[in-house]
Amino acid sequence: MRDQLKSLFAVLLIGVLAGCSTTGGDKSATGEAAVEDRSTTTEGGAVSTGVAGSGSFAGYSLDDPSSPLSRRVIYFEYDSSNVGAADQDLLSAHAAYLAGNPGQTVTLEGHGDERGSREYNIGLGDRRGQAVRRILELHGVAPHQVNTVSYGEEKPAAEGHHDVAWRLNRRVEIVYTGR
Amino acid sequence: MRMIFRAVLLYLTIGAGAAPAALTIEITQGMEGAMPIAVVPFGWTGSAAGAPENIAAIISSDLSRSGRFTPLPDRDLVAHPTDAEQVQFHNWRMLNVDNLVIGQVTETGAGGYTVQFQLFDVFRGKQLIGFSFPASHADLRRVAHHISDLIYKELTGEDGAFNTRIAYVTTANRGEQKSYTLLVADSDGYNPQTILNSGQPLMSPAWSSDGKRIAYVSFENKTAEIYTQDIASGARRKVASFKGINGAPAWSPDGRRLALTLSQDGNPEIYTMDLASLALKRLTSNAAIDTEPAWSPDGRSLVFTSDRGGAPQLYRIAASGGQAQRVTFEGKYNAGADFSPDGRKLAMVHGEGGAYRIAVLDIETGLLRVLTDGQLDESPSFSPNGSMIIYATGTGNREVLAAVSVDGRFRQRLSLQAGNVREPAWSPFAVD
Repeated sequence: MRDQLKSLFAVLLIGVLAGCSTTGGDKSATGEAAVEDRSTTTEGGAVSTGVAGSGSFAGYSLDDPSSPLSRRVIYFEYDSSNVGAADQDLLSAHAAYLAGNPGQTVTLEGHGDERGSREYNIGLGDRRGQAVRRILELHGVAPHQVNTVSYGEEKPAAEGHHDVAWRLNRRVEIVYTGR
Repeated sequence: MRMIFRAVLLYLTIGAGAAPAALTIEITQGMEGAMPIAVVPFGWTGSAAGAPENIAAIISSDLSRSGRFTPLPDRDLVAHPTDAEQVQFHNWRMLNVDNLVIGQVTETGAGGYTVQFQLFDVFRGKQLIGFSFPASHADLRRVAHHISDLIYKELTGEDGAFNTRIAYVTTANRGEQKSYTLLVADSDGYNPQTILNSGQPLMSPAWSSDGKRIAYVSFENKTAEIYTQDIASGARRKVASFKGINGAPAWSPDGRRLALTLSQDGNPEIYTMDLASLALKRLTSNAAIDTEPAWSPDGRSLVFTSDRGGAPQLYRIAASGGQAQRVTFEGKYNAGADFSPDGRKLAMVHGEGGAYRIAVLDIETGLLRVLTDGQLDESPSFSPNGSMIIYATGTGNREVLAAVSVDGRFRQRLSLQAGNVREPAWSPFAVD
């Protein structure tokens, strides 16, 4: 049984990595990756301790659309980086997965709405990313597994100059990046 | 490593393709009491049918864009004198023009020209100034702007800012992908040149005080990094690529240091960086967001945005560090400051009642004046003579630039035929 679980886990992991390499290929197609690969070497190249899960692997799959892990966006109030109670549960599911998969890394992309000054919004996006990072680490995720980047108001999820769009844009996106 | 950067630059600029579209400037609110002036089309002596540039039209457009002058429309010009003997002052007095500009362009040889002009006081019937400049074809617009500067200085007593440039960021959709371009153009919108084109966001262009270099933030490596780039050669240098934020670059007035925002220690703080050694000095230490540093023109202090009081406000700190003093008290949101060239005023984004507008604070008196009436105005930048503020605003669903005189009486809009334009930064005076 234990062995079966282990091989199932290995399959899952391979699936995850394969998924990642596709997005990597996509990057070079759009042309950004050809530029330079520093980000992955600085953050991702750090460690790869034991592959098999030693932590509390929750058994969710990243690719299963019904898994809580398929939800990868956390929303925020205006000028706030507080994570709501429902999102705390979501983050603990992601944390359990990451703690159980120490080779897996995520980038937390922090965003803000368009109002006010652009660089201050970069600050707000950074603070949101850090708030999510702290929660993940509190749940056992190793610091080297989490990278943050703030895009401020530069990459809105929704266009438009109204409350509906602004609510969708104040967010942290959890992006699984592999190694 | 150097080679890699070269290759990157090449890659990023390729695909910019055809010459970028120029900004169109329209005056949206004129100024009462602007001085009437007549600028007569310049005479031409040369092999071609006409002069390669319409010098009088460039001067006329410069003067009207300043908000201080109302040039007479061409159709109202009663005569077309090109030298002093032909000027009949009584004709111009009848039109109530205070001043008259005439001139000539003469071809002097292979690709060389002489541009000569005279400015007259119509009522006293005498010449105020007159100059002659040699110019190559490529220099003609610059000479015209220089003449505008001389006229402006003579008649207003203040320095003109016509021979300056603006940097800005444009965005366009290319299919599913967004394309970001950092450009530099003459302050009248002409001659736009691409500094960098990227598939990832470009932000926060900042001029060096000699106007020769630009610092900016690029996300081309999927993380924020600060580069400095020589405008003429295109050579660039990555100066900051720390963990987290690398943002809000601002050159010190002496050009030796860059103020910037880093969050490598867990939250955004203001640093200064020595550009020769890349050594960092941390200026702030606070759990709040500290960002958007702006140097005072004397280089002794910086104003920055911080929400240490609960909401973003402006604070001032010595360039050597120490205690920060709060500068803004009016309104719930004040951010993104820019110093006036004389160091007496601060332009900022001022949020009140759900609207974000450009306001100017008189530092000594503490008087705050809201200059604009948009909903999402941002990125104010003073002209180097301190007379105008350029900023980003929205119209319909498009991002455009606008400029407003410091007294709020004169307004203009700078827009592209297609696409969005944002983050304007007005250059300092050119250093030759």
